[in-house]
Amino acid sequence: MQKKTKFKAKNEGVRTASLAKVPTGINGLDEITQGGLPKGRPILVCGSAGSGKTLLAMEFLVRGALEYNEPGVFMAFEENAEELTKNVASLGFDLEDLSKKKKIVVDYVYIERSEIEETGEYDLEGLFVRLNHAIQSIGAKRVVIDTIETLFSGLPNINILRAELRRLFRWLKEQGVTAIITGEKGEGTLTRHGLEEYVADCVIVLDHRVTQQISTRRIRIVKYRGSLHGTNEYPFLIDETGFSVLPITSIGLDHKATDEHVPTGIPRLDAMLDGKGYYRGSSILVSGTAGTGKTSLAMHLVNESCSRGERCLYLASEESANQIIRNAKSIGINLDPWVKKRLLHFNVARPTYSGLEMHLVTVNKLIKEFRPTIAIIDPLTGMTNIGTVEEVKAMLMRMIDLLKSGYITTLCTSLTHGGHDLEQTEIAVTSLMDTWLLVRDIEYNGERTRGLYVLKSRGMAHSNQIREFLITDKGIDLTDVYVGRGMVLTGAARKVQEMQDEAEALVRREELERVKRELERKRLIMEAKINEIRSEYESAEEGLLASLKEQEMKEKALASNRSVIAGMRRADAGSDKQGPKNKRK
Amino acid sequence: MSVTSKTARKTSPKTPAKNRKALSKPTKRESGSEMWNLKLYVAGQTPKSILAFSNLKKICEEHVTGKYRIEVIDLLKNPQLAKGDQILAIPTLVRKLPVPIRKIIGDLSNTERVLVGLDLKTVK
Repeated sequence: MQKKTKFKAKNEGVRTASLAKVPTGINGLDEITQGGLPKGRPILVCGSAGSGKTLLAMEFLVRGALEYNEPGVFMAFEENAEELTKNVASLGFDLEDLSKKKKIVVDYVYIERSEIEETGEYDLEGLFVRLNHAIQSIGAKRVVIDTIETLFSGLPNINILRAELRRLFRWLKEQGVTAIITGEKGEGTLTRHGLEEYVADCVIVLDHRVTQQISTRRIRIVKYRGSLHGTNEYPFLIDETGFSVLPITSIGLDHKATDEHVPTGIPRLDAMLDGKGYYRGSSILVSGTAGTGKTSLAMHLVNESCSRGERCLYLASEESANQIIRNAKSIGINLDPWVKKRLLHFNVARPTYSGLEMHLVTVNKLIKEFRPTIAIIDPLTGMTNIGTVEEVKAMLMRMIDLLKSGYITTLCTSLTHGGHDLEQTEIAVTSLMDTWLLVRDIEYNGERTRGLYVLKSRGMAHSNQIREFLITDKGIDLTDVYVGRGMVLTGAARKVQEMQDEAEALVRREELERVKRELERKRLIMEAKINEIRSEYESAEEGLLASLKEQEMKEKALASNRSVIAGMRRADAGSDKQGPKNKRK
Repeated sequence: MSVTSKTARKTSPKTPAKNRKALSKPTKRESGSEMWNLKLYVAGQTPKSILAFSNLKKICEEHVTGKYRIEVIDLLKNPQLAKGDQILAIPTLVRKLPVPIRKIIGDLSNTERVLVGLDLKTVK
């Protein structure tokens, strides 16, 4: 049964119904805990000094009070109310106001060993009384005890203390309050004094690590009885809006895929990509060597999308926003209006500034706040120098997943260094990309020109033909390259070849004309000859006909003459006319 | 539940422990006339608190006869009072006067330590 629910939960990504949970309201934490912290149970949050335990606990209370109408008690052993108020004011929490509204009670417990003399048996009922009083006074549902381990240094009798702590946590459970207990990390143990022994339902570990001089905060749920949870270490961020946890690896591959297209801003490029452009929500990689116009391609997409009223997020890590805007102007693209209309947002930061994970968290926050439909990462390779290839790849994979799941069309540029195989990016991310455009230098005959291929474009019939890529002051233009005679030419070579071809064609055309004319002439001659023969014939015919006629006339005349003579001679009394004729012969 | 006595204090604190050296002077000076103001924090009538009260009374009678006042505060009745004196352990005895404030936790069965805690006796 348990397995079944687990399976279901995993499939649907929803919380299990068995355990009641209280949402923390902290960005991302509710996602990795699949709904929040166990309701009515104590939760141990431990970590080294400065790892953010107190802030996590405080945000849990404040969010509870503000968003879930669950008042809370903060029992502080380390800082007093004023200090706490000041400290959390930097996160935008007004503790004073919340105290006035009876949403939060801060009880500062001060314990100083030198002031305490131990004389026989005692218990910590006073602590219980105070906590109970605080809970009752505002009807608290949430409790934070920060850091109860201070008692270990304040009270000499460890045995009593341990027994009382055990009682305290049981008592907290009985009260039905969701309690966060913080503890300092010990050597080899989760907490210095083994608090995990008492609080066994849910343990969260915070960590603050420095690798390669870059510090990253991480959170991990070590244990969560009766619930599924993400087991990885997740980076988190503390900034002016509080805590944010980024549950990146939990993102599954269930991005939506549509047939909707996003025009590239370059009509010819659209034509290369099935005639319509990139798929919406897909990831596009533009790779190429330095100065091949990768950023220009990105600018076109930005310009085109902004002019349609879409929001674009531009994550730049090598150029400042001003520089990008200025450079865009040189190719006839004015990005200024989009920035003013808040359609285009630049986030310029070197990832080295905060580390990979933090960069990711920052991007996540930006996405949540700005809700872009287009994102540009320029360049992707800016990240490589702050981590190992595996780390960078893992991070990029999560970033791309994050963007994809947000249905954001992402264009990443990637710088390929000369000498490397062009069809390989420095960080092996190409398999994550849906569309891969390769812009390359073509050096031929002392001239460098640019060529653009569509190396791949998943799910569409794309062009296999290289296009010449021209960067003009009116933007990018793609022209056909010279294809013929078994070679592909671009740039001046293309022009030369085209002119040459034209000349040759002219010659060929003239030759053809000449042949045509020759033929015509021959035909004319032939016709003339035919006419001549015909007229000869006609004249001959005429003569012959005339003589024929003459002969006939003569014959007639002769015949009539003969009969006349015969009549005159009366040679025959009958009609025998042949006699005399034959006689003559 | 307060007990007072007029008898003068018999023992005066001698050289206190090192960390109390600075504070010892005013105590010494005022010890003659100052009234001892003691607060015993308890939570209900538990055996421990009853024992603590009787122990305290005994010690006071013996050492600051007539010059003390014991106030027993039941935190179950007045929980808000716990915050003011930073009470955690029960029972806790707080010496409000003479200054400095001292806190003694436990059922006060270890008389030696109570006397040290109240600056009535130095640590040997």
